[in-house]
Amino acid sequence: MWKEIVDYLTLDILGLSGRVNDTLNFFIYDTIKIWFLLITIIFVVSYLRTHFNTEYVRAHLQGKSQFYGNVLASLFGIITPFCSCSAIPLFLGFIQARIPLGVTFSFLISSPMNNEIAIALLFGLFGWKITAIYIGFGLLVAILGGYFIGKMNMEKYILLDVQPMEGELEEVKILLTFKERVKEAWDYTYDIFKKIWFYVLIGVGIGAFIHGYVPADFIASWAGAENPFAVLVAVIMGIPMYSNAAGVMPLVEVLTSKGMLLGTALAFMMAVTALSLPEAMILKRILHVKLIALFFSIVGLGIVGIGYLFNFIL
Amino acid sequence: MKIEILGTGCAKCSALEKVVKEAVSKIGGFHSVEKVEDIMKIMEYGVVSTPGLVIDGVVKSTGKLLTVDEVLAYMREL
Repeated sequence: MWKEIVDYLTLDILGLSGRVNDTLNFFIYDTIKIWFLLITIIFVVSYLRTHFNTEYVRAHLQGKSQFYGNVLASLFGIITPFCSCSAIPLFLGFIQARIPLGVTFSFLISSPMNNEIAIALLFGLFGWKITAIYIGFGLLVAILGGYFIGKMNMEKYILLDVQPMEGELEEVKILLTFKERVKEAWDYTYDIFKKIWFYVLIGVGIGAFIHGYVPADFIASWAGAENPFAVLVAVIMGIPMYSNAAGVMPLVEVLTSKGMLLGTALAFMMAVTALSLPEAMILKRILHVKLIALFFSIVGLGIVGIGYLFNFIL
Repeated sequence: MKIEILGTGCAKCSALEKVVKEAVSKIGGFHSVEKVEDIMKIMEYGVVSTPGLVIDGVVKSTGKLLTVDEVLAYMREL
């Protein structure tokens, strides 16, 4: 229905046609659609999130066995918010609660990767199937990545000496009324939307231009099947882009519709969210460079593998 | 009362400090406001998501930028 309204606006009211109509129509349609989906999905996720916080997750993960802990930590990563600015207290707090290093990393990989903005954008741009694939393989990278890091005995590379706490943490239930939860979720949604609406606008704007004016074979030759290094390049390019995920993803959608392979697109988006340069800089204050390098290589390799796998299958 | 803001220098942490100072000026009386940036001290409170708000040694909120009214409500609880 929304499509008809936009068509009416650009074709009948503005009287546009051809490429100009195509570009503007795409721009208006996509921007509003993505804004709407962002608000809806962030609100739903934030509402669910009012039942959990990082302290709760920490108490719940305490004393869980290796592999099960990795799985659980990765799943919790979907529901908890992540801000690279609180990576240090999170990391040390987990170690303090005697949660194994590998389990901590599973959480640290999954949490930014499965953030609500990425999920909302994927759903809006690519549909639920690709979203499910992204989340599924994202979890796989987090579980296995954390598991391998845990196997490598890297504990000595934590630079601060954290005293493990005695005894068990209590799982504190968060008691809020329905109204308080809705208010909190709405405040959070508003806060996020305020920060990213403009990036979406820019991302879709550039995407609309590509959609209307850049020929498909140009993109296909760079990011399509003809370029065997496309996945690798995409992952490396994704690393410095974390803060702009909202602007980058609409672009990726257009690139895929113009011939970029889906595996390459998936790998790129995972790299954007999971590997972030600012997070690495922050972690450098408490972790040895070797451990950070290992973290980046394992996650990077996992993502590249997924990219090639998809390009091969699809 | 003694109000502590736990945070290692993230944007939300300094924003919460401002909010707390505004709340203190609204409620009146003498209260000490301290920004705790030492990560070891933050962990002693069992807080893993910053910013945290601690009033008289009790953790009231974590990982959230509160509004002035919310901080006031926590202060009046006592």
